[in-house]
Order: sequence, then C-alpha cells, then structure tokens
Amino acid sequence: MRFRDHRVAGDILELAARYRDEGADELVFYDISASPAGRRVERDWVERVARLLDIPFCVAGGIRSVADAEAVLGAGAEKISVNSPALERPALIDELARRFGTQCVVVGIDSLAAPAGWRVHQYTGDPAQSRAAGRDTLAWVREVQQRGAGEIVLNCMDADGVRDGYDVRQLAAVRALCDVPLVASGGAGKLPHFAQVFREAGVDAALAASVFHSGAIRIPELKRWLLVQDIEVRP
Amino acid sequence: MTDPVIIAGGGANIASLQFALERLGQHAELSADPARIARATHVILPGVGAAADGMARLTAAGLDRLLPALRQPVLGICLGMQLLFEASDEGDVRCLGILPGRARRFAATVGPVPHMGWSRLWPLGPHPLLEGIGNDDWAYFVHSYALGPGPATIATGDYGGPFSAVVSCGNFHGTQFHPERSAATGARLLANFLGLSGWS
Repeated sequence: MRFRDHRVAGDILELAARYRDEGADELVFYDISASPAGRRVERDWVERVARLLDIPFCVAGGIRSVADAEAVLGAGAEKISVNSPALERPALIDELARRFGTQCVVVGIDSLAAPAGWRVHQYTGDPAQSRAAGRDTLAWVREVQQRGAGEIVLNCMDADGVRDGYDVRQLAAVRALCDVPLVASGGAGKLPHFAQVFREAGVDAALAASVFHSGAIRIPELKRWLLVQDIEVRP
Repeated sequence: MTDPVIIAGGGANIASLQFALERLGQHAELSADPARIARATHVILPGVGAAADGMARLTAAGLDRLLPALRQPVLGICLGMQLLFEASDEGDVRCLGILPGRARRFAATVGPVPHMGWSRLWPLGPHPLLEGIGNDDWAYFVHSYALGPGPATIATGDYGGPFSAVVSCGNFHGTQFHPERSAATGARLLANFLGLSGWS
C-alpha cells in the first residue's frame, strides 16, 4: 500500500483488514513521500495496524536510523524496509542487521534498465526528485546481502504500473546471485503474470499493489488459480 | 481466571504477541520478575534474536532456574522454543535443558536462510495444543536454526527436511513459528494454549 500522508490513515486500516480477510500472506506499507521529504515514519498508525493484522507486515519509507527502526518494530511491525537511506549511507544496513537480526531487514531496490544491465534509482517516491543512484543493480544486490539484508524487494521500474507482467529477465538475473528471499515487484496485471514470475524467475514472493487495490485481481481468486497451476501457496 | 504473563527481555515481537492475545480477549502482562511469573496461570517465552543473548537475559533475571521448575503451561515461541532445549549451535550456547535436543543451523543448500515465510504444518497426531489444526494449515516462520524431530515433536515443518514446528512435553510447549503472525491457525494455537491447565 502506498500513501503520502496521514490523512489516509483510516483508509490504511480498512485496506489492511480487507487484505487480511482475503488471505494476503504479507503486507508492505510504503510511506513513499517519507524519504524525499526527509520525514520519518510515525509510529501511531503502525501500532493500529499491528493490533488489526494477524499476518506479518513490513514498513517502508523514512527509516534512517536504528532508532527509527526500533520505533516501528516495537510498535509491532515484523520487518522494516530501507531503500534511499541505505543508498545514502550503506552502513545503515549493517547497523540494522546487527541490532535486530537480518530477518527484520528488507532492502528495497528500485531498478531501471540501462544500456548495459540495470541501474539503481532513488527517491522514486517523488517524481521531481527521483534520480539514478549511480549504482549497478546487480552489484548493489551483492553488497546489501554482504551487509546483512535478510530479504530483497526488487521493484522493476520499467514494468511498474504497466501491468504487462513482472520483469522476469531482470528478476532471474538477480535471483542468480541472491541467497536471501527475493520478492518481485512491479508489473502484475493478470493472473498468469504471477505464475510466470514464480516459475521463470524463481522468486520467493510476488508483490502487487494496484491490481489488488482496484479489485482487478482478488487474492482468493489468485490463490485458487495458482494452486491449479501446481504452485503451492497458503490456501 | 486466566492470567498469562509474557516474559519480558527484548525481542521486537512482544507487541504483536500482546495484540494477538488481545484479539482473543486476553490481556497478558509483560514481566521479568520471577515472583510475578511464578504466579501466572500461563507463561509465554517469546524471543527474537540470538540464542546467547536470550539465555544471558534469562540468566541475568534469575529465570534460567525458575523456568524449568514451573508447573503451569509454558509456551516458547521461535527462539523461545529453542531455549527450552539443551543447547544451540547459535553461539554454541547451553540452553534451559528442559527438552532433549540441540538447535542446528539450516544448511545453505536447503534454500535461503533464514527460512522466512509461510510453511505448511504436519501434525503428527492429535494433541490438545493442535486441536482444530490440520495438514492444510500454514504458519509463518522466521528462523535460521531449527530442532530436528525428537520425542517432544508434535508437528513438523519442512525446509529441506522435517524439523520441529510444534513441541510439547508435560507442561512445556513450543512453536518454532510465530502464532501471533500466523492468521487463524496461529490464533487457534494460542487459544488452545490458553485452554491448557497444568500437565497435559
């Protein structure tokens, strides 16, 4: 779920409850304006979500220090996800992993195709500030694992919002050097896209937002369909 | 009256555990005080982090001696379950020694470590703690170390081979998964635990 300000907190709770009841396996909350605005995630909504949810959830956006992460995890989140702040100061990943264990530390990577390979982008929450981070995606995937990332969410920006399928080629390239759980993000539009990314890219999980928010795909329908395709999912 | 106490001592999942019990209509106090814990009807030992840190915290609070002597139902969760056993390879640490076995690290060949995510439960037979939970139920796991199946195992999980997912021996119980984050299956297990009285 992506949101920009606290005005929508009520909607967050409503959506969270809906996805919980529909059988989502995990929720990720992106406070997408947090990093570009230098703002930190506030903790009150995290606790309200934690009271409501009986599935794991991850909070992304604006986590710039061990103290920020501690507040979010202490309020009941399972994991924290860092993206732009880790690009500004990669040692943040080491600090978070040392303090909370690698299982809590997700590194989000926004990646865009380049003439050779793929390049990492940062501050993607604000179109005016979004820019190349000066790093090769595959090199960054290696580095964040060495520093203690316990999970990687790879958001393929070329595919994001197009609903034309996940970027299987890029995800497979990342999978080949990713020893921690890998979550595909960006591009889900139809049921077959989910089966394709599990089969062809070998990812551990597939994340989607707009197709679920709009109701274009319902989670129970998706899970039934994956089971028919012989892809084992929690019913 | 049911009066569960959650053993305090770090671990970021304590809030979510308290909320899970609240969803069952059950308030649970947080305490590291041996006298308070001894008075509880049910004791929950959570734990996220490293085994050596967890044991050091229990020892500092004098709980390493109290816990094995408790007669009321005790539930260890995740690391809390592993601490009920004899030892852990994680930091090569001696644990509480209530249950026989040693936690060992998953081999990197089985898949990504930590084993993180939803996995199926395989109950080995009927048990009060597993009432209403069957082969079609899944639970949420986050762990790098695991106990192989042993005499106390009542349900296994599978990650490159079977491991102890739920254990029970006398009044001591444990789940390697996080019931507070395992949807209806986890809620059922917590409710079953709160329904236990003393030796089962």
